[in-house]
Amino acid sequence: MTAAGTENQNRPDLRALFLGFSSVGLSGFGGVLPFARRMLVEEKRWMTAEEFNTQLGLCQFLPGPNVINLAVVVGKRYQGVAGAIVAPLGLLAGPFVIVLLLALLYDRYGSLPIAQSMLRGIAAVGCGLLFAMAWRMGTALKDKPVFLPFTVLTVAAIAWLRWPLPIVMIVGLLLSGGVAYWKLGRK
Amino acid sequence: MSLAGELFLEFALLSFVAFGGATALLPEMHRVVVENHHWLDDTTFTHLYAIAQAAPGPNVLVVTLIGWEVAGLLGALAATLAMCLPMSVLIYLLIDRWESFSGKRWQKAVSLGVAPLAVGLVFSGATLIAKSAGLGWAAWLLVAVTVVANLRTKLHPLWFIAVGAVLGLLGIV
Repeated sequence: MTAAGTENQNRPDLRALFLGFSSVGLSGFGGVLPFARRMLVEEKRWMTAEEFNTQLGLCQFLPGPNVINLAVVVGKRYQGVAGAIVAPLGLLAGPFVIVLLLALLYDRYGSLPIAQSMLRGIAAVGCGLLFAMAWRMGTALKDKPVFLPFTVLTVAAIAWLRWPLPIVMIVGLLLSGGVAYWKLGRK
Repeated sequence: MSLAGELFLEFALLSFVAFGGATALLPEMHRVVVENHHWLDDTTFTHLYAIAQAAPGPNVLVVTLIGWEVAGLLGALAATLAMCLPMSVLIYLLIDRWESFSGKRWQKAVSLGVAPLAVGLVFSGATLIAKSAGLGWAAWLLVAVTVVANLRTKLHPLWFIAVGAVLGLLGIV
C-alpha cells in the first residue's frame, strides 16, 4: 500500500508532463538534454538515473532529435499514447512560439544594416560553437585510430564533395558499422 | 504539391538519417533548401541558424525557422513535424523491445559505427555555416576564440552569443 502510494506520487498526469517538458524546452540553449535529465531524475524523480540511461540508449540509438525521442518515451511510460503526444508538444510549444516571434522580427527588421551586422556576429559565434561540439564529440569517440578516419571520410563526402547525405550515411554506416561489428567479434 | 507538403516530404526523409540530431542535418538542409529548390539564399540560411542559436529550446528548432521562411506558419509546422514525427512513432513502437536488443552485437556495432559519422556531420555543418556566412579574418578569430573558450570554460553559451552580437554591431566582425 505504501509502496503503491509513493509510486503514484511520482506518476505525472498529462498536465504535469506538458508543464515539466515545457520547463525543459525553455531552459536550454543549444541543446536541452542535460536539463531533461535534471528535471526527470533530480527534480521530479519520475525516473531513476539508471532508468534514464537505459531509456536514453534507444533515443540516442535512433536518429532524430534525442530529446524529442526521450519525451515520447517518458510520455508513453506514464500516460500511453496521449502522454507520448503531450510530452514532446510541451517540449516544443514554448520554443516554437519564441522562434516564430523572432522570425517575425527578422522578417520585419532583418534587412536593416544593424540587424545584419548583429546576425553576422552571432553566426560566427554559432559556427564556433558547432566546431566545439564536433571537437567534444570527436574526443569522446572510442578507438580513435580506427574510427576517426570515418569522420574524415564523412567530412570529405559531405562538406567537400557535397554528396547526398542519405547515401553517405548508408554507405558510411555499412563500412564503419561493419568494422565495429568485426572488432566486437574479436574481443 | 504545396510548398509545405514538399518541405514535409524532404525533411521527413532526412529525419531517418539525422544521427546527431538536427544539427547534423545542416549541410543537407542547406542543399535541399538553398541549392536544389532555391527557397532561401545563403545569407538567410545563415541568419536563421544564428537566430536559432540565440533562442531557447531543442536544436531542432532551426528547422522550424527554415519552414517558416519557406512557407509561413504551415511551413514551420510541416518542417518541425517532419523532423520529429517519423522517429517518434518508431520509438513509440520500439521502446518496449529495446531491452531485448540493447547490448546485442549488431546494436553495439551500429552505435559505435554511427558515432564517427555524426562527428563528421556536425563538423561539416560548421564549415558550411562558415562558408555561407563569408567570414572575414576577424570573424575567424572570433570563431577560434569561441571554440577554445567553449571547450575550456563553463560559460553559458548565451554569453558567447551576446559577445558575437556586440562585436557584429560594432562592425568588428
